[in-house]
Amino acid sequence: MNKVRIIARIDINNDSVVKGKCLEGLRKIGRPNEMSKKYYEEGIDEIVFLDAVASLYDRNSLIDILKQATKETFIPITIGGGIKTIKDIKDALSAGADKVAINTQAVKNLDFIREAAEMFGSQAIVGSVVARRHRYRWEAFIDNAKHRAHKDATDWAAELEKAGVGEIMVTSIDNDGRQKGFDVDLVDALTKRVNIPVIASGGAGSSNDIIKLCKNTNCDAVAVASLIHYGVENISEIKSNMKRNNIRVRL
Amino acid sequence: MKIVIVDYGIGNVQSIFNALSQFKNVNVILSDSQDEIMRADGLILPGVGAFKRAMKELKRRNLPNVLGSYILQGKPLLGICLGMQLLFERSEEFGYTEGLGFIKGSVEYFPGDVSDKLPHVSWNSIEKQELSWSDTIFSDIKNKDNFYFVHSYICKPKDQSIILSKTKYGGIDFCSSIRQGSIHACQFHPEKSANSGLNVMKNFIDIVKKGE
Repeated sequence: MNKVRIIARIDINNDSVVKGKCLEGLRKIGRPNEMSKKYYEEGIDEIVFLDAVASLYDRNSLIDILKQATKETFIPITIGGGIKTIKDIKDALSAGADKVAINTQAVKNLDFIREAAEMFGSQAIVGSVVARRHRYRWEAFIDNAKHRAHKDATDWAAELEKAGVGEIMVTSIDNDGRQKGFDVDLVDALTKRVNIPVIASGGAGSSNDIIKLCKNTNCDAVAVASLIHYGVENISEIKSNMKRNNIRVRL
Repeated sequence: MKIVIVDYGIGNVQSIFNALSQFKNVNVILSDSQDEIMRADGLILPGVGAFKRAMKELKRRNLPNVLGSYILQGKPLLGICLGMQLLFERSEEFGYTEGLGFIKGSVEYFPGDVSDKLPHVSWNSIEKQELSWSDTIFSDIKNKDNFYFVHSYICKPKDQSIILSKTKYGGIDFCSSIRQGSIHACQFHPEKSANSGLNVMKNFIDIVKKGE
């Protein structure tokens, strides 16, 4: 088993970090660069900045935040939210991002993913799958969980893999921000459908939730937000607890 | 001291620039100009993405020849990730593509019996081989320290004695760094590997300083 990566997920609205529940009711809780720097110093493995409303309001305000972050944090950085064109990706990568996460535009035009993976390499393209439980399946959503993609989330992940994404980040709408644990079934179903690394997002309320997820699925990375934003546990506490439970991490 | 990062239109060069800019008395330049490269005290060859496209971009700028002349001066060069792979004679990515040929050997896809997902996207540890780490980019790095990897292809040097470290992934031990004379190269991204990676950068700068 690989070392599980712990990723700080920082959702942004304008110049503030925001967090809600089920991707709704966003509250301002801090400054993006202050938080990314703090998590870097505490030993986070990666950072994801997501423009929480970009695809709704048709804009992308992350570049300045990204430029600052790459001057003070020397770990992989992904940005997402509102990425629509090859130029958007080029701008993000030349500002210092290593990867871009794409959801809405992939649903609208899967050729965009093919073109992007060809141009920048699969390692730079993360397929973002945002899913809501519907009976025994999961439905994929776009526009920051506002609209149905009319696709089964696990089928969609497999399509994204085929189109050339290098990783999948799966976010559970039901569990996001509730701090009651991950949707283990969703992550399990999804990791069984694809052969590329999977990042699980939505629901981490304690390191025990992460341990439960890692013991029951083959996920490669976990994204945490509320858990660290609200200081429930810091990154070294999370990692030490994981290590005590025989999950490999970078210490 | 001047370090030039070869900027040939591929990959995330800004992060390497930012990482090197952490250190005092280092003038870091992004450039694809022959003059700048030949006058550099140290050179970094970065790269992410596809081997074939990278070679095309290097050739378009006449850089294979320039890099060859630079190396003949005996000055330090550090290849990072795809920048390491490009130093080899050939890659089997998309069939067969000729590389820069400064290092004997080839670049191949992870063997079929790799028991884990590809691409290899992970923090992973590097292990010492017979080659000593003193006076290299790992001079003060601890054995089994962790670095950030993103790749699906691995380097297979013909001469095993140039292997500086190996890394295990999916049951496969692959060459994760080399040192051949003034050339150092690593498969991982030092600019994305937190403090351990910054130390590798610092060690490279020290090597450059000694050569000045």
